[in-house]
Amino acid sequence: MAAMTRRLLSICLLAIVILTGTAAIAAIEVQDFEDPALMQRYEDLTTRLRCPKCQNESIGASNSPIAADMRERVAALLRNGQSDRQIENAMVSRFGDYALYDPRLDARTWLLWGLPFGLLAIGAGVVAGFVLRRRRRDGRESASAVLDEHERRRLEALISRHDAGSHGRRNDGGAP
Amino acid sequence: MTRRLLLLIPLLLFAALVVFLYRGLAKDPAARDSALLARDFPAFNLTTLDDPNRTLDRSLLKGQVTLVNVWGEWCPTCKQEMPQLLALADRGVRLVGVDYKDTRENGRQFLDEFGDPFEVSLFDPEGTLGFDLGVYGAPESFLVDAEGVIRYHHTGYITPQDVEDVILPEVNKWQP
Repeated sequence: MAAMTRRLLSICLLAIVILTGTAAIAAIEVQDFEDPALMQRYEDLTTRLRCPKCQNESIGASNSPIAADMRERVAALLRNGQSDRQIENAMVSRFGDYALYDPRLDARTWLLWGLPFGLLAIGAGVVAGFVLRRRRRDGRESASAVLDEHERRRLEALISRHDAGSHGRRNDGGAP
Repeated sequence: MTRRLLLLIPLLLFAALVVFLYRGLAKDPAARDSALLARDFPAFNLTTLDDPNRTLDRSLLKGQVTLVNVWGEWCPTCKQEMPQLLALADRGVRLVGVDYKDTRENGRQFLDEFGDPFEVSLFDPEGTLGFDLGVYGAPESFLVDAEGVIRYHHTGYITPQDVEDVILPEVNKWQP
C-alpha cells in the first residue's frame, strides 16, 4: 500500500516537473534561421550571455523582458552577418562584463584568471623545495655510507674474524 | 623559531580568505557599475510623449547637466519615485524623461496623475533607447554632463535620502 502511494506521488511530481518545464519553454519565443549553422551560433550565444536582470540565468533561459530583448537583438545581429565577438561586444558595451558568463582576459581580470595558475606554481614550488631538500639529505647520508678501499678491507677482516670466533665458541660449547 | 613562524603562513592565508569571502556576503549582488560611465549618451531619434510629430536627438542633452530618468506607466516603483523627481526639479535640476515600453495614452495619464517633473519626455515604445542605455528594469536614471557624457547611473529607486546624499552632490559635481 505504502509503495503504491509512493509511486503515485512520484508520478504526480514527475507530471508537475514536466508540465512546468514545458510551460517555461513555451514562454520563450522561437527564432527561426534558414541556416542551421546560424541557429547553432544563436543557441551558443544565448547560453553564453547572461541576463542582467537575473542573478544567474542565461538570456536563453530567462523569461524576463530584457532577456527577450537581448535574444531578439542577438538574432538580428546574427542575420546582419556580425561575428560572435561583435555581438558579445554589443552586449558588453551596454550591460557591462556582467553580460558574459566567461569574463574576458584584460587588465582588470588578469588576477581572476591568473590566480589559480599562480597558486599552482607556488604549490609546485613548495613541493619541489621539499623534494629537493629531502634528496640532498639522502644523498649526503648515502655518500657517508660509502667506504673507501682501506675501510672495506678492514670491514671484511672484522667480519671474517667475527665469523671464525663465533664458530669456535659454538663448537666449544657443544662439546660434552 | 623562524621555522615555527613559517607554519603560520597557511593559517594567515586562510584568515585572509575568510575576511574576503565574509565581506562578499554583505555586498549587494545587484550593485555594479554601468558600462556607460564616461561614455557619450547613445544616439537616438525619438518623438516626444506629447507630440508624435516632434522628433528629438541627443543634441537635446548638450549645454547643461541633465538627469535622464527612464520610467513607464507599468512600473510601480516609478510612481513612488515621482515625488523625489519633482523635488529635484524644484531644486533646479533639469530632468528629461524616457517613457520606456509604454503607450502614449498610459504615459500621459501617468504624468497627469503623479506630476510631471520633466522638461520633456521622450517616447520609447520599443525600448530601443533603453536597450542602448543598458536599462534592464525601470526606474533607472542617468546623469549627463553639459558635454553629453554619462557621469552617473542610478539603478532603481531614488529614495528621498538619495536626493540629498547622492543625486544633488553628483549634479553639483558635474556642473560646468
